[in-house]
Order: sequence, then C-alpha cells, then structure tokens
Amino acid sequence: MFEAAVYVTLKKGILDPEGKAIKNSLKSQGYDQVEEVTTGKYFLLKIKERDRTAAEEELRQICEKFLVNMVLEDYSFELREVDR
Amino acid sequence: MKFGVVFFPGANAADCFYVIDQLIGHPVSPIQPEERELDGFDCIVLPGGFSYGDYLRAGALAAATPVIEQIADFAEQGGLVLGIGNGFQILLNTGLLPGAMRKNESLRFRCHDVFLRVENSRTPFTNRYHQGEVIKYPIAHGEGNYYIDSEGLAQLEQNGQVVFRYCNEQGEVIPAANPDGSVRNIAGICNVKGNVLGLMPHPERCSEEILGNTQGLRLFLSVLDWWGIHTQEGVMTDE
Repeated sequence: MFEAAVYVTLKKGILDPEGKAIKNSLKSQGYDQVEEVTTGKYFLLKIKERDRTAAEEELRQICEKFLVNMVLEDYSFELREVDR
Repeated sequence: MKFGVVFFPGANAADCFYVIDQLIGHPVSPIQPEERELDGFDCIVLPGGFSYGDYLRAGALAAATPVIEQIADFAEQGGLVLGIGNGFQILLNTGLLPGAMRKNESLRFRCHDVFLRVENSRTPFTNRYHQGEVIKYPIAHGEGNYYIDSEGLAQLEQNGQVVFRYCNEQGEVIPAANPDGSVRNIAGICNVKGNVLGLMPHPERCSEEILGNTQGLRLFLSVLDWWGIHTQEGVMTDE
C-alpha cells in the first residue's frame, strides 16, 4: 500500500487572485514581511499497489487526467509506502 | 429535430428544458449522466448550475461521467452541443473546447446583465443574430475567467472561434465591460467545425417576455433554422 500526497499549484504566470487577496489581508494585519502568497490544493490518496513504479504511473495518470487542470496547474507528489 | 438536456445533479437543467419544450415547442428529452446511448438526438444541451457541487473544479466531475464520452463521439460526428455556464466549464474540462476557467478576477460571484457583441453569426447557434450585433444576456458565475495560452488564443481568433465578447452598450470591447477577467473579453467560443458552442452568459434566462428580455430565444431559434425548420405558429420571437 502506498500513500500519496499530491500538491496542485497554479502554473507560473497564471494570476492567483485568491493568493493576492490573502497577502493583502496579511499586510493589513501587520505581517509586512510576507512577500507573496500562492494558493493550491492538497490531496491524500491511498493506493492499493505493491510496486512503487506501478503506483507512480497510476498516480501520474490520475493527476493528469483528472485531479489537475493541465492548462492552468502544475502538480507534484510524495509517495511513501505504508502498512495500511 | 430532437433536443436532449443532460440532468447532472446540481445543474439547472429544468430551465433549458422549459425553453425548448414550452417556448420553441420542440421535442426534448432528459438525459441522465449514466447514459451510454445517445440515439436519435440532434442537439444536446449541457445546462448551467453547479454540477456535483463544483467539487474539484467547476465541471470536472461531470466531465468524467459516461454520458460525456458519448457526447464526445456525438460531437465528432457533427452533432450539435451547447454548453451554457457550467456546461461551458464541462466542455473545457473534456477538451471538446480549448482553454480553461479561472476564478473571476474580482473573486466575486457576478450575477447581472451583460452586453455581448456577436463576433460570429455564422454558427448553428447564432445565425439569427447579426454579425457585430450587441445583445444583452444575464450572467451568474464565480468561475468564468476564461484563459488560453497565446498560441491557442491566436488560433481561436484566426478561425473565428470567438463567438461572443463582453462589451459595453455601444459594442466597445473594453476592460470595464469585462465582468470576470476573461482574456480578450471572451464570453463564448465554438470548436473549429462550429458544432460545439460554450458560453458563460445564459440565453435560457432571457427567452421569455415575463423575464423582461427575450434576446436569448434567438439562440435556440438559430438551431432550428440551421436544422432547416422554420418557426412554427405560436412561437414567440422578438423580431
């Protein structure tokens, strides 16, 4: 069994109005040191698979076909073996 | 000709169904998301709303249903597909239309009338409008900020695939008339063949006198005209 943490972020150059709004709010709360905020999504998947390469391949497919909008978003993941 | 309206959970399919059934008086059937056969349909409508609660991304879950695979084949064979609001978002997620939707630049849900310039009146959906005509439709969306990369944009423009653009009452396409931040004020696009149209504004919500605006009805009548059927007795037009 593998556990995959998937992070989805906006591609460079795509406006992130939500991140900008959060940054502005932080500024108004006095956190002037914050230079930039970007938002994204986080998914945790458990994959019933014994082979790491197979799990990785399946995860890539899931990301590119469904979880991620490849026009706007990038993704990365961490895959680790778990007992259950 | 026969229409079908897909009833995704969370979508407002009933208003499209009503316009076709009651206002233009044409045969129309509901289609379920699990449907695997699309025999006998000529035009399929993907309605507005919030299919599957807009989970993951607006339109993403609907785009992965069995019926969408059928609709892709149907479109490939030249069948007419109309995606309104959420239906447009679904078409982008399936790749039947290029590009993607971002959250509105203002981060606000925009719900009001907009002016649109008809940029292509030669499609099956817009032949009742004049090229360059300024019309008024309502919008209601939080995620209608259309994006496509510069290469894709050049292709859209070159092929005449931009069908509607947000404009002011005078027909000027200016940033102040853009409610959501879409590139080049794009409000609606079609595929290269012209048989698949997606638009964010809602023609079905301005198709009846009681709503104070009937300009949307002509989009549905365009489909009938394109199909070679003339307006039947009792059908209301705004001309």
